[in-house]
Amino acid sequence: MKRLLSTVAFAAVFAAGAAHAQVSDGVVKIGVMNDMSGTYADLAGPGSVVAAQMAVEDFGAAAKGLKVEIVGADHQNKPDVGSNVVRQWIDVDKVDVIVDVPTSSVALAVNEIVRQKNKVFLISGAAASNLTGDKCAPTTVHWTYDTWALANGTGNAIVKTGGKNWFFLTADYAFGHALERDTAAVVEKNGGKVLGKVRHPFPATDFSSFLLQAQSSKAQIIGLANAGADTTNAIKQAAEFGIVKGGQNLAALLIFLTDIKALGLETAQGLVFTEAWYWDMNDANREFAKKFAARNKGLYPSMVQAGVYSAVTHYLKAVAELKSDSDGAAVVTKMKSMPTDDKLFGKGTIRQDGRKIHPMYLFEVKKPSESKGPWDLYKVRATIPAEEAFRPLKDGACPLVKG
Amino acid sequence: MFEIFGIPSQALFGQLLIGLINGSFYALLSLGLAVIFGMLNIINFAHGAQYMMGAFAAFFLLNFVGLNYWIALLVAPIMVGAFGVVIERLLLQRLYKLDHLYGLLLTFGLALIIEGLFRNYFGSSGLPYRVPAALQGGQNLGFMFLPNYRAWVIVASLTVCIVTWFVIERTKLGSYLRAATENPSLVRAFGINVPRMITLTYGFGVALAALAGVMAAPIYSVSPQMGSHLIIVVFAVVVIGGMGSILGAIVTGFGLGVIEGLTKVFFPEASNTVIFIIMAIVLLIRPAGLFGRRA
Amino acid sequence: MTTAATPMSVVTMPARSRSEVIAFAVMVALLLIAPVFIYPLFLMKALCFALFACAFNLLLGYVGLLSFGHALYFGWASYVSAYAAKVLGFNPEFAILAGALTAAVLGLVAGSLAIRRQGIYFAMITLALAQMMYFFAVQAPFTGGEDGIQSVPRGYLFGLIDLGQPLAMYGTVLVIFLGGFLAIYRIIHSPFGEVLKAIRENEPRAISLGYKTDRHKLIAFVLSATFAGLAGGTKAIVFQLASLTDVDWPMSGEVVLMALVGGLGTVFGPVVGAVIVVAMQNYLAQVGQWVLVIQGVIFVACVLLFRRGIVGELAARLRIKL
Repeated sequence: MKRLLSTVAFAAVFAAGAAHAQVSDGVVKIGVMNDMSGTYADLAGPGSVVAAQMAVEDFGAAAKGLKVEIVGADHQNKPDVGSNVVRQWIDVDKVDVIVDVPTSSVALAVNEIVRQKNKVFLISGAAASNLTGDKCAPTTVHWTYDTWALANGTGNAIVKTGGKNWFFLTADYAFGHALERDTAAVVEKNGGKVLGKVRHPFPATDFSSFLLQAQSSKAQIIGLANAGADTTNAIKQAAEFGIVKGGQNLAALLIFLTDIKALGLETAQGLVFTEAWYWDMNDANREFAKKFAARNKGLYPSMVQAGVYSAVTHYLKAVAELKSDSDGAAVVTKMKSMPTDDKLFGKGTIRQDGRKIHPMYLFEVKKPSESKGPWDLYKVRATIPAEEAFRPLKDGACPLVKG
Repeated sequence: MFEIFGIPSQALFGQLLIGLINGSFYALLSLGLAVIFGMLNIINFAHGAQYMMGAFAAFFLLNFVGLNYWIALLVAPIMVGAFGVVIERLLLQRLYKLDHLYGLLLTFGLALIIEGLFRNYFGSSGLPYRVPAALQGGQNLGFMFLPNYRAWVIVASLTVCIVTWFVIERTKLGSYLRAATENPSLVRAFGINVPRMITLTYGFGVALAALAGVMAAPIYSVSPQMGSHLIIVVFAVVVIGGMGSILGAIVTGFGLGVIEGLTKVFFPEASNTVIFIIMAIVLLIRPAGLFGRRA
Repeated sequence: MTTAATPMSVVTMPARSRSEVIAFAVMVALLLIAPVFIYPLFLMKALCFALFACAFNLLLGYVGLLSFGHALYFGWASYVSAYAAKVLGFNPEFAILAGALTAAVLGLVAGSLAIRRQGIYFAMITLALAQMMYFFAVQAPFTGGEDGIQSVPRGYLFGLIDLGQPLAMYGTVLVIFLGGFLAIYRIIHSPFGEVLKAIRENEPRAISLGYKTDRHKLIAFVLSATFAGLAGGTKAIVFQLASLTDVDWPMSGEVVLMALVGGLGTVFGPVVGAVIVVAMQNYLAQVGQWVLVIQGVIFVACVLLFRRGIVGELAARLRIKL
């Protein structure tokens, strides 16, 4: 094994030109790019930069002789803005690794540029599962979650606990369709039935009409295949129209801590969904969350921000071992060869296709009476073990996987 | 129970009612635009931003001053209307002698500034605003469950629309307004302070937008971009109705809300575009708009 | 309306002068040496937008028609070009042409609807039609929705020149921009262009002189849309991406801003305005939404204090034509 590692490292050095056997321009430059002011600003945004900083501090980069710099940028959820920033970061500012990048459209664009330029791309915020499927790249690690894992976790668990009949409320664009398709497949595989679906325009402010259609379908479960403000609006209006009181349940397929916080427990209680991480699961997480909140305007970390921390930690480990950050593919190869271990996500691995493997959790939003603090929002319903949480390697059609 | 095109009639009634609720917002906003346009000959691009400001004002009054929804319904429009008055005095007044397009550009710039500032301070996740206690719950109408608050929206906006129409078309004050629109210098010669009337009219139009914003706050999230998407649809509504008449603006607003609601049942994919398609058709048949007088 | 309002363009210019030729030479010289000093990708973006703004200015500056939906032509052309290059395997030149052609057709349809109303209504109609097509772009499968069309190959120009090389791409963009620029210049100074200006100054009079103003307006609209499409198609090839940003209404607003800042009804104004706006976005990207606020402030300032724009002001001060 040791020999294999050293050959990999050697290959990396070789590929980068033998003279560059050190950290390029003396600094490991981390570029955290996400939505700093839009819909996803609370769940990623400046908080992800804080998480990256904490990772660098906890890693003790300075003591290990690594000089690390962090820059942040706003991609405004637009692929063109994002790809511009990344090109300029790599060409002009010598950024070595791009981190976070919520919004799948931007992540897909960045994925291609980073592949071309042979740098490293650590995804925490984006959801699209084809980033480790047909679009997988030797320079990319998809860290925190993806659409397949969400659909699988939520779909499975709900059907198994008796929610057999589904109706989908789907945002009418590529992302919504993918989420609906993946979840419907899981539901049907487990013996559930899809009674109907309605495609709502994206973005939409008024869901009442679609909710009425869902209501008259008499389905037990209304699956919300949308994201961000669409999801929270749909949930709010469902409460208004007495949908949950009428015996139907909502399943949000993509929702974050900060969304639940914004909705309030009164409205969101009972909602079931899948996430990769929650701050109140163990002491290490709780301690991290407190420190993080103190530096992030009192907001607790979302799974995306925790994923940034975890991913940056592992990246720095790999760079420290390689003593080089110039060849992106080599760094990622190194990352894949080392088991991951950090205080937030615990032990895990990175698969050949770039998929980081760890357990996922099915959460339920607490009732107001159960909550003991402003951020005490979830209870764990089930743990989805690491080996079942993500799409099997062979199903992803990733060209990197030979076999 | 009978069916229409495969849709149970119950569901259809429900959808009609919901369309009417959305139409309430279209009507209030296009009414405000029509009032402003009638007097100032300016298309107020900042209307969406002012609608958003109304919702935010309600949010602040509740969370920082402790004034509830009912007071906000009155105070928020006055606050935002006052803001409108300042805008008119400081900025718009300088443009009356120029091409009207400059008014459009100026208010567009204002919309960007307002939306940008709010986004900077509040992010865009949206802030929660609760339905007032008196209007929580709903009525089971047999064919649908109608939340009390939505019923209130329809009633309130209809009332405001009708009162506005009455004031402008049937009272003395209204006749001054209409006269000043036709011939400002003549009205001024009668000793009426036309510039002040213009200012107050703009303030009133803006207040209408803010009122719509307060009414929207409990239903939709209070977010900085809530106005910018809506305003373009309202523009189309205004083109369809023709801005010549107050009544036209109201009727088209409600009517298009209903049509949009029906589209959501029969062909949901087109529900975002249906109003624009209707606009194109109206332009082909009646370029001046349904209620417009040919200029 | 009885009171005659001052027309949109406030620049009245002396007869033809050598100043335009000199300015043109300076511009070409600057653009030729620029890639040595400035990040080429930024330059290419600026050039695409400059052409877009010139196309827009053709309509507002010379016919007095404010289109608030020019993103429609820019954005849809970029979709079609991207699709043609990526999926249909067109050479870049044909892909761009396909985009421009699409824009022309869209311009014909939207234009014939919009010219039925004047002034503010015209602006609102163009905006509403553009928004409608924006929603189509969100939903249509071939546009890729939110993801847009990504990884568009730059390909080989005429099957020979590898546009993957930054300088080759820059050269191509430069040629397209200059071509478009000169074509628009030619249109403005043709007899047709004189009629357009007559319509801008006084449409009833132009009608009484026997001009079919509707037809002139429509042709101008289609031309403007086509050049906007040319710019959009080029942008898709340069950035290897076509996305919703390019069809959304803020883009329509941005192009208005570019023309306004530079100077409506001036030949070089839109170019200057585009460079300023693009530079602003580029260097202010880190301050996030403040860009929106700054743009708004510039809008307000231009309308209130600075209606001639930079180039218009300069031309007026120096009493030359630019």
